[in-house]
Amino acid sequence: MIEIFGIPVAVLGGQILLGLINGSFYALLSLGLAIIFGMLNVINFAHGAFYMLGGFATWILFTYFGIGYWPGLLFAPFVAGSIGALMERLLLRRLYNVDHLYSLLFTFGAALALEGLFRHHFGSAGKPYPLPGELSGGYNLGFMFLPLYRAWVIIIALLVCFGTWFAIERTRLGAYLRAATENPSLVQAFGINVPLLLTLTYAFCVGLAGFTGALAAPIYQVSPGMGANLIIIVFAVVVIGGMGSILGTILTGLSLGVIEALTKVFFPTASAITVFIIMILVLMLRPTGLFGRER
Amino acid sequence: MTFQMAIASSDSRATQTRTLCLLLLVATSLAAPFFIYPLFLTKILCFVLFASALNLVLGYAGLLSLGHAAFFGGAAYVAAHSAKVWGFPFELAILTAVSFATLLGLVFGFLAIRLHGIYFAMVTLALAQMIYFLAVQMPLTGGEDGITAVPSGKLLGLIDLSNSLAMYYVVLLFVAFGMFMIWRTVHSPFGHVLAAIKENEVRATSLGLQPSRYRLIAFTLSAALSGLAGALKAIAFQVASLLDVTWHMSGEVVLMTLIGGMGTLIGPAIGATFVVALEHYLSTSGLPISFIIGVIFMLCVMLFRKGIYGELREWYLRRLVRET
Repeated sequence: MIEIFGIPVAVLGGQILLGLINGSFYALLSLGLAIIFGMLNVINFAHGAFYMLGGFATWILFTYFGIGYWPGLLFAPFVAGSIGALMERLLLRRLYNVDHLYSLLFTFGAALALEGLFRHHFGSAGKPYPLPGELSGGYNLGFMFLPLYRAWVIIIALLVCFGTWFAIERTRLGAYLRAATENPSLVQAFGINVPLLLTLTYAFCVGLAGFTGALAAPIYQVSPGMGANLIIIVFAVVVIGGMGSILGTILTGLSLGVIEALTKVFFPTASAITVFIIMILVLMLRPTGLFGRER
Repeated sequence: MTFQMAIASSDSRATQTRTLCLLLLVATSLAAPFFIYPLFLTKILCFVLFASALNLVLGYAGLLSLGHAAFFGGAAYVAAHSAKVWGFPFELAILTAVSFATLLGLVFGFLAIRLHGIYFAMVTLALAQMIYFLAVQMPLTGGEDGITAVPSGKLLGLIDLSNSLAMYYVVLLFVAFGMFMIWRTVHSPFGHVLAAIKENEVRATSLGLQPSRYRLIAFTLSAALSGLAGALKAIAFQVASLLDVTWHMSGEVVLMTLIGGMGTLIGPAIGATFVVALEHYLSTSGLPISFIIGVIFMLCVMLFRKGIYGELREWYLRRLVRET
């Protein structure tokens, strides 16, 4: 058996794979957070709750209606996005012209409420979700075993991330979005419906979180607390990456996932706080984040 | 309007009302344990101090910290550990815990203070979460169980604190001291500088003041007092657990401050009393507590951002102005 630094390659490979999966979740979530922050100037604390909502949407669809993974994967972002759009339209919108801290506190309350509701109904225990039949099994790469589902998660996450990047940086709608970030009133004067653009942005980003939750369901169990613990790590990822560039956010998410996994191999006790330690270091050396701009 | 309000509040009648309210408050808190379960009141007191300490940062320095649970819960662990394992007497355990919280506050403050607004909130949150993970993993915190059966000890080796009534009065004394500290800080030249920085940072800087230095001091003081609250709670309830270091705790104390009225001295105390009492009565009802707390949070942010005391005061001052 091949070993690197006394660790079998199979173990190392498995951990890096897990790190890439976590990293792609970080990337998907921090991408949404960063876009919402850029457009709406809101730190969306409820992002983790929408992630949880997405996981539960697929799980409920499967458990109560017997509808499988693939429709669930479309249903989850739709549910999260619709609830997000309603929330933005009816409530969050009224907080844009007061101190930004209030919108943070509002989404914080929303996260608590959503999590509390699910905990009350479904209990705190994790609920398993079966692997979809088409994606069970895997390949033997010779030095390690690659489960098919995990490969699928990484590929689809990367595709969605780059699709989002493309939509924002290379399409007309994306150009409107970027323009509205710079100067909303001027863009409005050109006859573009900026409030609608904001609602769509919010809905799309929380939909992304819901999609991530659905992706995560077969790997991690679905539980009311699944978003709460993740979201704070994602905050740290956003702080490390800075809010300046979309590609930067994606890259930071992925690489932090891998770094975290490697720490799990070499210093198991430190793995939970790796991201936070990196955050502290980055804050001391580059307060705006690795890819951030001065705001 | 604000000018008239300022005149009205400096009015002798307002001062009179204030003295009367203070006396009433002292009398109530002295008499309360004879009518209500003392341990429940002790819990309220701890959170009153915690929320007021947070208010020093949130209300007076304008910094939203989402990581105050680290000071509260961290100090609770230190107090519980030093009292139980090292056998420290009551006073020394509290002192150790407060020193720990102060040091932690200084470190957190040093890292976070250079950031503003939302970034500050996120960084404090992440730092506190680090403490949470440490608490989960370190063997001396007892993991999921926490540190239980902490000896309550004796005050100055004389008064037995296992009596919940005695414990209540001791905690009351500490909390009163903490509140006095906050009152002195807010009304000192230091407090005025803090207010000036909050109102207009650029102008304060141009006057030769260093905002980050003042903020750091305020943050550290707030951390120390939060630590005092956490240490008192750990000793009074003889337990330190993971619950006190979670981000839910950080959020809850922000809610207390917000709901009572941030930037006022008495507001956080009202908010803390309200939230603790609400949770106490909800806990037996079988209703989803965190759902209700979350909804109250949202309502509070949407509808009355000044909080209970803030709205009441505004109403009172407006009436006063109308009369004169």
